[in-house]
Amino acid sequence: MMSAENDLDLPFPAAWTRSHLLDLETLSAEEITILLDTAQRLKDATENCRRKLSLLSGKTCANLFFENSTRTRNSFSLAAKRLGADTVEFSSSGSSIAKGETFVDTAKTIEAMGVDWVVTRHSTPGTPHLLSRELDCCVLNAGDGPHEHPTQGLLDMLTIRQHGKPFVGLTVALVGDIAHSRTARSNIWGLKKLGAHVIICGPATLVSPRWEELGFEVAHSLDEILPRCDVLNLLRVQFERQVARPFPSIHEYAALYAMNGERMARSKSDILIMAPGPINRGVEITPEVADGPHSVILEQVTNGIAVRMAALWLLSGAAERAAGGAATGASA
Amino acid sequence: MNSLLIENGRLVDPSQQHDRVARLLIIDGTVKAIDPSDGELPKDTQRLDASGRIVAPGLVDLSTELREPGRDEDETIASGSQAALAGGYTSILCSSNTHPPIDTPGAVEFVRQKAAKAHAARIYVTGCVSKQRRGEELAELGLLVEAGAVAFSDSPAPLANSALVKRALEYCRMFDRPIFDRPEVPELAGRGVMHEGRESLVLGLNGLPTEAEDLAVARDVRLAEATGGRLHVGPVSTMGSIDLIRRVKSRGIKVTASVCPHNLSMTDEQLRSFDARFKVHPPLRSERHVEMLRAAVSDGTIDAIQTGHMPRALEKKMDDLDLAPFGMTSLETSLAAVATTMLHSDHLDWSTLIQRMSTAPAAIAGIPGGSLAVGQSGDVILIDPERSWTVDVNAFHSRCSSTPLAGSQLQGQVTHAIVGGEIRYVR
Repeated sequence: MMSAENDLDLPFPAAWTRSHLLDLETLSAEEITILLDTAQRLKDATENCRRKLSLLSGKTCANLFFENSTRTRNSFSLAAKRLGADTVEFSSSGSSIAKGETFVDTAKTIEAMGVDWVVTRHSTPGTPHLLSRELDCCVLNAGDGPHEHPTQGLLDMLTIRQHGKPFVGLTVALVGDIAHSRTARSNIWGLKKLGAHVIICGPATLVSPRWEELGFEVAHSLDEILPRCDVLNLLRVQFERQVARPFPSIHEYAALYAMNGERMARSKSDILIMAPGPINRGVEITPEVADGPHSVILEQVTNGIAVRMAALWLLSGAAERAAGGAATGASA
Repeated sequence: MNSLLIENGRLVDPSQQHDRVARLLIIDGTVKAIDPSDGELPKDTQRLDASGRIVAPGLVDLSTELREPGRDEDETIASGSQAALAGGYTSILCSSNTHPPIDTPGAVEFVRQKAAKAHAARIYVTGCVSKQRRGEELAELGLLVEAGAVAFSDSPAPLANSALVKRALEYCRMFDRPIFDRPEVPELAGRGVMHEGRESLVLGLNGLPTEAEDLAVARDVRLAEATGGRLHVGPVSTMGSIDLIRRVKSRGIKVTASVCPHNLSMTDEQLRSFDARFKVHPPLRSERHVEMLRAAVSDGTIDAIQTGHMPRALEKKMDDLDLAPFGMTSLETSLAAVATTMLHSDHLDWSTLIQRMSTAPAAIAGIPGGSLAVGQSGDVILIDPERSWTVDVNAFHSRCSSTPLAGSQLQGQVTHAIVGGEIRYVR
């Protein structure tokens, strides 16, 4: 993959063997660290994700989004382009899906046009896993229903790391609609594997006590846990996924769980405020906090491109190795 | 005169407490004698050597979806009844959820004619409880009985309307016919696709909570007690259901229950594959529930094992988990799946297994079968209990090839199926 005109001597890590990125639950701490390290290298080399490299020139990335997305789709597109790859965009509205074709057949059709990665988002959990069995190319999960959103989890962790916070001993609270949050389901595994203490906080109808069986702290009062938290990740209330409203009113939700100036005053002085976006100002976060000095929400967006560049590069390299192709980048 | 002698086999018939090597003579479709002397054999008696085999009454399935008319891309009456024989079922009760549903005497007659033409397993008809299976008004139950329906069910749709359940149980007392309900409270089940528990939490999939089943069972058994009607709940899948059924049985209320083989052998952890072949109804539950179900089959709290045969064409199962339909093909694997799971874990012996899969379901449905006593119909199967085999979906007689057991190694296989003294299936 390292061509003559290449501008980055990036060694391919021997420990990386995966050609799909489906979730963080099944990744090891070492694999997560490789992804974060690679993302940091790429971010530095591209001067904060603005400069273009040619590491993946000649390759094509297909964005198959069966569910609406703005930031993730654009982030993957830019990541591919910043590494010199071409992109194909697909949306289910107005497509063959509307004509009755299954998403698997749609994906196979796009793959047959010669793509190296399929980045997929779908409302049903497990669809990337299904595609990884049906397709030969690399599959990246860009969000499968409420299951996982691995690159979001990785960009959150990269952002925490960039603020000089070691994961061991760190207390991170995921606050909000955990039941419907793929961001939560990726963050919890990634953070746990790297040694952080994870608190899952929200209304009892959106936070199952079963999380405790899996080794996580469960809380229903943000005010009680707030003084212990080093990082707060405020998750959006996903009204569109809820069958019946799990709390009495938005007003009540905001009163109990919104991060506002008053709560900021009772937080640790170096607390990081994160949100995967899109944010509902006034629901889970007030404008003064979203735009305040502790907020790293826009840094997360920038890191998203770096993480996705890392994922594309690593998966494609592993696929080439598996196929017996040329060594990827400089030797490890 | 047609005469068949099955000899040298191990006759396992729980209805007579037989478990011994014996000779079985069937003349003109009816069991004529056990251990007849050679002098009793008519001339031209056909002899079938059953050495090393179990000779048992043919299995009886309480609920088989045949999908014809209307959904014959999944299964037909001919393919389903042939698959039944291959799995050891000489009698099946076909479900009412065809299109149109079996809620008229004409629809019953259609199945009977097609069944006669198929000339495979005996097919008994389950009529709808409600018109069009809408769960609102009673279907013409009396006319359906006259046409030949032996039981009533809207399954796989649960009977959601409590008033309808009560009326149906009361009304059916006139005909002494059972009401079958697949117990579930729909508003609690919601859009669930798998057991609600730790696995569904991690996978982010909508869960089917156990209380959706428990509450429906509680309501059903209370209404059975109040009306004196004949109620069969099943398939059940939860500890709560078992607990309720055990308690009402101890109080003498006549309620029966059944379970599916896959609920005895697999857990919800299988859904980690996100493979729609594991999407079944009731869902695969967690290990604790599975253990309790096995024990309840063993101690008789659960009376019967039914196949849960819900065939769905492969293209329908190849979709994502939210869209793929529930169901699997199971006629041809049920006996071996139960034998592999339950005999080897010492929950059952062969005699009790035959009781749960033949004698008890025949009694619940009030149909002939389940016994090889003299005078009973000659519906017999031969089983090779030692035969180990790999599930090959390409060899299925069912039109449906979707089963989570594909490629699995099972032990125990049916080698012959005999209906009314006629050998209709040989493997």
